[in-house]
Amino acid sequence: MNGLKFSTIAIGVGLVVMAFAAWLGLDYFYFAGYTILQYIVLATAWNILGGYCGYVNFGSAAFFAMGAYSSVALHKFDAVIDTWFPDSSIAPVLHAIFPLPIPILIVFGGIVSGIAGFGMGYLTLRLRGSFFAIATLALAVVLQTLVVNWDFVGGSRGAYIIRPEEIQFAGITINYIVYLFVLMLILAVIALATARAIERSQLGFGFATIRDDELAAEASGVPTLRLKLIATTLSGAFMGMAGAPFPYYIGYLQPASAFSLDYAVNSIAMPMIGGTTSWIGPLVGSILLGSLQQIATVTISSAVNLLIVGILLVAFVIIAPNGLVGLVQEHWRKRRRP
Amino acid sequence: MDISADLLLNAIVAGLLLGGFYAAVTAGVSISFGMLDIVNIAHPAFIILGSYIAYFVNINFGIDPIVVSIMVLPAFYALGALVYQVYYLSFEKRGQESLRGLAFFFGLLFITEVSLILVFGVDYRYVEAAYIGPSIHLGLIDMPLRMLVPCLVALAMFGLLELFVTRTFLGRAIMAVSQDQLALQLMAADPIKIKRIAFGISIATASIAGALLIIIQPVEPSVGREYIGRVFAICVLGGLGSMPGTLIAALILGVVESLTATFYGPSWAPAVSFGFLLLTLAFRPAGLLGR
Amino acid sequence: MSALLHVDNISKRFGGFVALDGIDLEVQPGERLGLIGPNGSGKSTLVNCICGTLRNEGGSVSFDGHVVDKLAAHQRTHRGLARSFQLPRPFHSMSLADNLRIPLLYTVHARKGPLRSAGDLDARCHELLDMVGLLKKAKQLPRDLTQVEMRKLELARAMAAEPKLLIADESMAGLSHSEIDDILALLMRMNERGITVILIEHIMSAVMSFSQRLAVLVSGKKIADGKPEDVVQNPEVVKAYIGQ
Repeated sequence: MNGLKFSTIAIGVGLVVMAFAAWLGLDYFYFAGYTILQYIVLATAWNILGGYCGYVNFGSAAFFAMGAYSSVALHKFDAVIDTWFPDSSIAPVLHAIFPLPIPILIVFGGIVSGIAGFGMGYLTLRLRGSFFAIATLALAVVLQTLVVNWDFVGGSRGAYIIRPEEIQFAGITINYIVYLFVLMLILAVIALATARAIERSQLGFGFATIRDDELAAEASGVPTLRLKLIATTLSGAFMGMAGAPFPYYIGYLQPASAFSLDYAVNSIAMPMIGGTTSWIGPLVGSILLGSLQQIATVTISSAVNLLIVGILLVAFVIIAPNGLVGLVQEHWRKRRRP
Repeated sequence: MDISADLLLNAIVAGLLLGGFYAAVTAGVSISFGMLDIVNIAHPAFIILGSYIAYFVNINFGIDPIVVSIMVLPAFYALGALVYQVYYLSFEKRGQESLRGLAFFFGLLFITEVSLILVFGVDYRYVEAAYIGPSIHLGLIDMPLRMLVPCLVALAMFGLLELFVTRTFLGRAIMAVSQDQLALQLMAADPIKIKRIAFGISIATASIAGALLIIIQPVEPSVGREYIGRVFAICVLGGLGSMPGTLIAALILGVVESLTATFYGPSWAPAVSFGFLLLTLAFRPAGLLGR
Repeated sequence: MSALLHVDNISKRFGGFVALDGIDLEVQPGERLGLIGPNGSGKSTLVNCICGTLRNEGGSVSFDGHVVDKLAAHQRTHRGLARSFQLPRPFHSMSLADNLRIPLLYTVHARKGPLRSAGDLDARCHELLDMVGLLKKAKQLPRDLTQVEMRKLELARAMAAEPKLLIADESMAGLSHSEIDDILALLMRMNERGITVILIEHIMSAVMSFSQRLAVLVSGKKIADGKPEDVVQNPEVVKAYIGQ
């Protein structure tokens, strides 16, 4: 089925989810659901570079946090317009534009993180895969240190963003958390549709050769550096887009939470457990692992839940390298042979 | 900024002492990454494990932490051998070490860190020993013993490793396996066994490095993460597999970090090592003395 | 300059080891050049430097009138330089047909523009597989192939890029006599259509019957370059192969 049909079906599924949520009437569902949708985007984004091209990114948190912090910076900008532009005619114009609505913030976050992805790729993608992975870790820490020392966005003290109670949309009043949930749902659909489109395109084919044997790919005429840069830029951009609404969701943003290693582990564990060769893998992985973590955090403790993620990651990587999707595919293959 | 000679000199000396310690921390990765081409980013977690074991025995039995670390060397060696065996069977043999091997070690890093949190909690832990506290004064220079002793032990361990690699048969076999596995096989030596021994040694160094770490500073489970960047920065800057290069790079990094912390504040310190790493990777991945 | 490939005094070191020590080589358009030498003499390193997989440290490489030193490997492939790898490097997650589709999509299309429909692409893949005798396994994965079949796939993949110069790096190791004849005939046919071929082989009978000119590499230096009958009688060449 083509991309349009797929997107329509995905949106249909989304609407069903929404209807279910409305029927449940529980705010908690929206909060938990937002987190899982966020992970769907992060996992899918990671997989574009990691699963399709074979380049492991340990710094997912950095791209996510950059999206979050660009939102914070833009939010804070609103408060300083009058201080920075006291007597000019620019101030009223700016006041009319700011504070920016979240969809615009998402685009901004995507652009910022996309550029960062491109930059990082340009510096490090000519190295072999293992060096690249280490470089991503380094980048995450450097960026975190920069943010911690940047007082405009609150530095290590953090930044408060007051989430409005509700929002007006075409005359209807929607609960703000529902609004955030819907935005993340749309973003997740876009991410999945993009990943699926890539998989089926010549680009995805090229990505697979990079993963399989980069030297042979070059020798066959595949412009590997260019393709890898496309992958890092797209991957970074989606992670930034996932991060942009986060300050509004959480209300209080601290570097420690934005740059948390949890994001790095989860964005690797979810695709690897779900399966890295197709868009379905990250989806399955994030729903399963995300739900598992929500349950574990509430019932046991958040430290134990991270331990479970770590153990599952190691177990799957050793035993089922192609993830759950891979296991299912193996099963079908065996059943087809008489 | 008022830079007094006193402050500058002490910052440099502190940096050198720190650098000596960093060399010990990096020695293990120099073997696993530099010679065996295994990206063990979980190495700092093994170091922290060493720190906690030293802490536990020290607090409960009063034994000197460095002595503890030497006592548990065989256990760490065995752990390293086990980890390598799993790594080899699951990834190296199948030729999938890049993506899955990395994820494997990342998972190990995480599991170790979280397990330590669950067992010991997130409070900082210290050890007690006679040399934590007093300092030596040489003119303008103050050398706290808690920095000097680890540095000396580190350099000793580093020197022993260098001798081992260049003078003993096993050590040279490890160098050989990093350069030409096939030739080694033709000489009827088992490259897998040699790599396993090498990796075991690599993790064994973490035991000692861990004890040294908790002497220099209080430790809590997430301290390991700062060291990932330092360790790989030193390794790459020094040129993979070159022990002398690693030592020089470690000393340079130690001094630069110390100067940054003294004159710009400690919150910038992590950026130094990781920034170094990025710059090195971007512009001179062969390192200072590398091949 | 009429030479298709001009290798001018190139050198390559790995740490302290000198793999190539000032190699000069010229290949004329349409020529059939044989390249021989003991193991470790630098033949594959030379190929890697010509094709851009490795960067040479001294000297320069010119192809089709242009200096290509600054070009990445894929750009040299686009210009018409193709090679097979001595140790086969198939794309292991794809079927054989898909393995061939890659150079078609990324090299031939890049050069000529996307003229082919999906059906044409499939037909071309099958045609190439048939030429090397692998048509029956078109849908299988490389891991189901024997070593010999993988070498044939390597050759087919290089041919798929429609090169002006094809470098065949030990494609015949392990083949039977009739299979060797088949591959030689295939390379001859390509040569008749205007494709220049560099054949790197240890199988002397194949090299002698195929090559118009023979070059010999020993320890990173070229010690002979001329008519095959003359070269094999060169005392230095004899010494290199039989020993002192």
